[in-house]
Amino acid sequence: MNSIKLRVNGKEVTGQVEGRTLLVDFLRKDLRLTGTHVGCDTTQCGACVVHVNGEPVKACAMLAAEADGAEVATIEGQANADGSLSVVQQAFQDHHGLQCGFCTPGMVMAATALLKENPKPSEAEIREYLDGNICRCTGYHNIVKSIMAASGQDVPAMAAE
Amino acid sequence: MPKDGGIGSSTKRREDVRFLSGTGRYTDDINLHGQLYAHFVRSDVAHGKINGINADAAMAMPGVVRVFTAKDFEGVGGVPCGWQITSIDGSPMQEPKHPVLAEGKVRHVGDPIAVVVAESLGQARDAADALEIDIEMLPAVMDMKEAIKDGAPKVHDDLSSNLCYDWGFVEDNKDAVAKAIADADHVTTLELVNNRLVANPMEPRVAVGDYDMANDEHTLYTTSQNPHVIRLLMGAFVLGIPEHKLRVVAPDVGGGFGAKIFHYAEEAFCTFAAKQLRRPVKWTSSRSEAFMSDAHGRDHVTKIELAMDKDNNFTAIRTETYANMGAYLSTFAPSVPTWLHGTLMAGNYKTPLIYVNVKAVFTNTVPVDAYRGAGRPEATFQLERVIDKAARERGVSPIELRRQNFITEFPYATPVAVEYDTGDYHATMDRVLEMADHAGFEARAEQSKKNGKLRGFGIAHYIEACGIAPSNLVGQLGARAGLYESATVRVNATGSISVMTGSHSHGQGHETSFAQVVSEMIGIDATQVDIVHGDTSKTPMGMGTYGSRSIAVGGSAMVRATEKIIAKAKKIAAHLMEASEGDIELKDGQFTVAGTDKSVAWGDVTLAAYVPHNYPLEDIEPGLEETAFYDPANFTYPSGGYACEVEVDPDTGKVDVLSFSAADDFGNVINPMIVEGQVHGGVAQGFGQAMMENCAYDADGQLISASYMDYAMPRATDLPMFKVDHSCQTPCTHNPLGVKGCGEAGAIGSPPAFVNAVIDALHRGGHKVEHINMPLTPDRVWTAIQNS
Ligand code: FES
Ligand code: FES
Repeated sequence: MNSIKLRVNGKEVTGQVEGRTLLVDFLRKDLRLTGTHVGCDTTQCGACVVHVNGEPVKACAMLAAEADGAEVATIEGQANADGSLSVVQQAFQDHHGLQCGFCTPGMVMAATALLKENPKPSEAEIREYLDGNICRCTGYHNIVKSIMAASGQDVPAMAAE
Repeated sequence: MPKDGGIGSSTKRREDVRFLSGTGRYTDDINLHGQLYAHFVRSDVAHGKINGINADAAMAMPGVVRVFTAKDFEGVGGVPCGWQITSIDGSPMQEPKHPVLAEGKVRHVGDPIAVVVAESLGQARDAADALEIDIEMLPAVMDMKEAIKDGAPKVHDDLSSNLCYDWGFVEDNKDAVAKAIADADHVTTLELVNNRLVANPMEPRVAVGDYDMANDEHTLYTTSQNPHVIRLLMGAFVLGIPEHKLRVVAPDVGGGFGAKIFHYAEEAFCTFAAKQLRRPVKWTSSRSEAFMSDAHGRDHVTKIELAMDKDNNFTAIRTETYANMGAYLSTFAPSVPTWLHGTLMAGNYKTPLIYVNVKAVFTNTVPVDAYRGAGRPEATFQLERVIDKAARERGVSPIELRRQNFITEFPYATPVAVEYDTGDYHATMDRVLEMADHAGFEARAEQSKKNGKLRGFGIAHYIEACGIAPSNLVGQLGARAGLYESATVRVNATGSISVMTGSHSHGQGHETSFAQVVSEMIGIDATQVDIVHGDTSKTPMGMGTYGSRSIAVGGSAMVRATEKIIAKAKKIAAHLMEASEGDIELKDGQFTVAGTDKSVAWGDVTLAAYVPHNYPLEDIEPGLEETAFYDPANFTYPSGGYACEVEVDPDTGKVDVLSFSAADDFGNVINPMIVEGQVHGGVAQGFGQAMMENCAYDADGQLISASYMDYAMPRATDLPMFKVDHSCQTPCTHNPLGVKGCGEAGAIGSPPAFVNAVIDALHRGGHKVEHINMPLTPDRVWTAIQNS
C-alpha cells in the first residue's frame, strides 16, 4: 500500500492505494468520482480522460501512485463556479454532441484540453485530436460541431447540412 | 415553427446536464454496502470437454468467498430463447440448453466455466489463476456449410446435427419463383458475406445482484435495454423467482445497439449468487470480455438471384442464406435471419415473386443475435448490391433501374407477408440526389482522375419494418412474448406529471422527446413533465427499446394514456364550470367552454382531482392517473435514399469517403435534432461495417479480434460530416403520432451505399470488380484491383 496525496478538482485528497491501482479506479472507487468512465482495457477508447497537471491523460493508463502530488481535474470539476455548464459542456448540449453520455466525460476533457492548446482548431484538427476517443453513438458529427461552437467558430458554415 | 419544448422542435436534451457534469448513474457507478466481486473464468478454447475443475487452491487464496461451477446450478434453468422458428418440414427448431455456467463442454472462446467471488476484484482475478481446469480439446465447428454436412463434429451432442432450422418463406411461392427465374430474360446472381460484427456500446455490460433476506426480495441492477424482459426471462425461466419478488433496474445505460436486449448468464449469476452468499455481488465486464460474451451481430453467407424481364422489370427474387447462430441461441437470435430479414426482401420494389431460404447453423462461436437493424441490414445489403450489379449487366443506370421498379401505390402488400402503409420512394431518391449533387458528379470524377484517383458514386434505397410489433402477428411467427408497450401517466395535484414508460432510453433522449409529446397534448410547459423509465418497480410491464419501436409503440401508449387523462380532466372541468362535458376544450393548459369566456386552468382541475371538495364524485373517482397498453396494428415502414461518394487510391486500395447524404422518410418527427443524431450514429455504424469492422475467428475458433487493437472501431478521422434530411414525410397511418422510428435506418441503408460507391469507382477505373466482401479494407480493395 502506498499513501498518496493529490489535489482533485481543486480539493486536497489522500488515499491508500495498492501499487497496481489505476488512477481511474482510485477516482471511481475511492473518491466516488464516477463521472470518469472505463470503456476498454487497452487504453484505446478515451472514456477515462482526465487532466493531470493540466495535460489530458488516460486515467486507465496511469497508476494512482504516479499521481501523488499531482493536480487532477475530472468532469465533475468542469462546471463554472455558479454551477452552470462550462463553455465546452454547454456547447455539447447545444449541438447534441452526446447521446448515451458514456464517452462524453472523456470527450469533454479532451476537447477542453484541445481548445487550451489550439483555441480555433479546424475540423480536421479536431478530428485528429479526438483520435484516441471512441464514440459509438454520435458518428462524431455533432461532437465536431460542438467543439467548433465552443471555440466560437461558425458552425452552420462548417457543417454540411 | 413549433414552440420550444413542443412536438417538432429541436428541444435541447434535459438528460445531457447530468451526463455532461459527470453525475449520470450508470450501473458500474452503483456500489452496494458489503458488495463482493465476481470474476468469470472463461474458456480459451472454442470446443472442449471439461474433464475436471479443481478449485481447492483458488478457494484458499486471500479474500476468496466462493468458487462457483456448473455443479452449483443443478436445478437452475438454462438461459432461455424467446423465439421459436419452424422448419420447412414442420419441425420446431433445434433448441439446445444454454446453462448459466458450462456443463460438461465448453462451446466457444469466452464460454464461462467458473466464477470466483471475492472481497475485491484483484483478489478474484488472482484466485482465478489458481483454478485448475482440465479441458480436452475437441475439433472446432467453424464453417457453416461444413458444419451441416453428415459426420461433422457437433456443437451439441444431444442435437441431431448443427442445423438449428431450415426455413422457407414463402414456401408456397417456391415453385413459382423457380419457374420465374428459369423463364426470365435475365438473372443477376451475387454471392456475398454479411460480416460478423460486435455492437460495442461504449459502456461494457455490468450486473449487480442484491438480496434482501427480510423480505425475500431480489434486485438486479443491469445494463439492459429492457428491464421487464430481463425480469420475465430470468425470473420465470432461469431462477424461478416470482415477479413480485424480483426487481430489475437498468439505470443510465451507455448505449445498447441490440447487445443489451438479451438476457445474459452474468445477470442470472449475480442475482443467484447474492442470495447464496447473502451479500451483493457485482460483475463488470472488461472490454476484452465483452468481445467474447456480448452477443455478436450479422454473420450471414448469402446467395441472391434477381430475375428480370426484357424491359428490366423485376420478376422474381430468390435468396439462400446461412445464418450463424453461434454456440447457443441468444434471446431473439432465431427471429433475426427469418422474420426480420425475409419479410424485408421486397425492399422498395414491386417484385411479384420472392422466396427466401435460411439455414441457421450452430458453430463454436459467440452467440449471434440482433445488432442495430437486425436482419434488415442483411436484407437491404444483398438487394441493393444485386440491383447495382444487375444495372451494370443490363447497361442501365442503377438509379433508373431502381426508379423503374419502385412501389408507388400504397398500401402495398408485398409477396413476403407485410403491408407497407405509406412511402414515397421517388421523393427520397430525388432529395438524396439533390443533396449529393449527383448532377455535378461527373465533373468531380474527372478531377479525381487527373489526380490519379478513382471517384465513385453509390446509391442505396432502403425499407425497414420498425415499431415492433403486433403481438398476435408475432405470436403466430414464433415469438414467446407480446410486443406491446405501456405507459402510466401520473398527474400530480399541482399539475406536474410523471410518465412511467416501459421503453428504455440508453442514448435516444426519451426523457426529452417523450416529455415534448405529453406536454404538447396538454398545453403545459415540457419542464412540468418527467419521464421515468428503467425500473420494474416503477414502470408498468413493458417490452423495452429496440427495433426502432420506442416512439412508435411506447410513444403511442403514452398518447393513449394522456388521452384518457384529458378525457377525465374534461369531466372535472365541466363540473367546475357547470358546463356540459361535450363543450369543454383544452388549449394551452386552459379548459374553456365553447362559445363562452369561462375557463379553468389545468392546475385547478388537477388540484380538484386530488382535493375533491367540489367534484363529481358520483360519476368519477378522485385522482388523475391512467395507464395504457398499446399494441400496434402493423409495423411502421421508414424508408429512404442514401448516397455516398468515395475516392479510391488504386495504388494502395485506400478508400476515402468524401460525402454521405441521407434522405429519410420517418413520417412525423418529434425532435429533429435527436432524429438527425440517430441517423449520424447509424450511418457511422454502417460505415464501420462496410469499411472497417470485422469480428474474425481463425480456423480453430480463436477470436482474433478481441480488443480495440484488433477490432477497428470508426474514429473521428475516419468519417466525414454527414448531410441528413427528413423533409420527405409520409406519416404512418396507424399510430396516433404518425411516426415511423429512426434508430436503425442509418445502419440499414448505408452499407450498400458505401460498397456500391467503391465498386462504381473501380469500374470507372476499368477494374471489372463485381463484389468485395465487407469490410472494404485497403488490402481487400487492392487485392480485388490486382485480380481484376
Ligand atoms: S478506459 Fe482508458 S482508454 Fe479506454
Ligand atoms: S455518446 Fe454514447 S458513446 Fe458517445
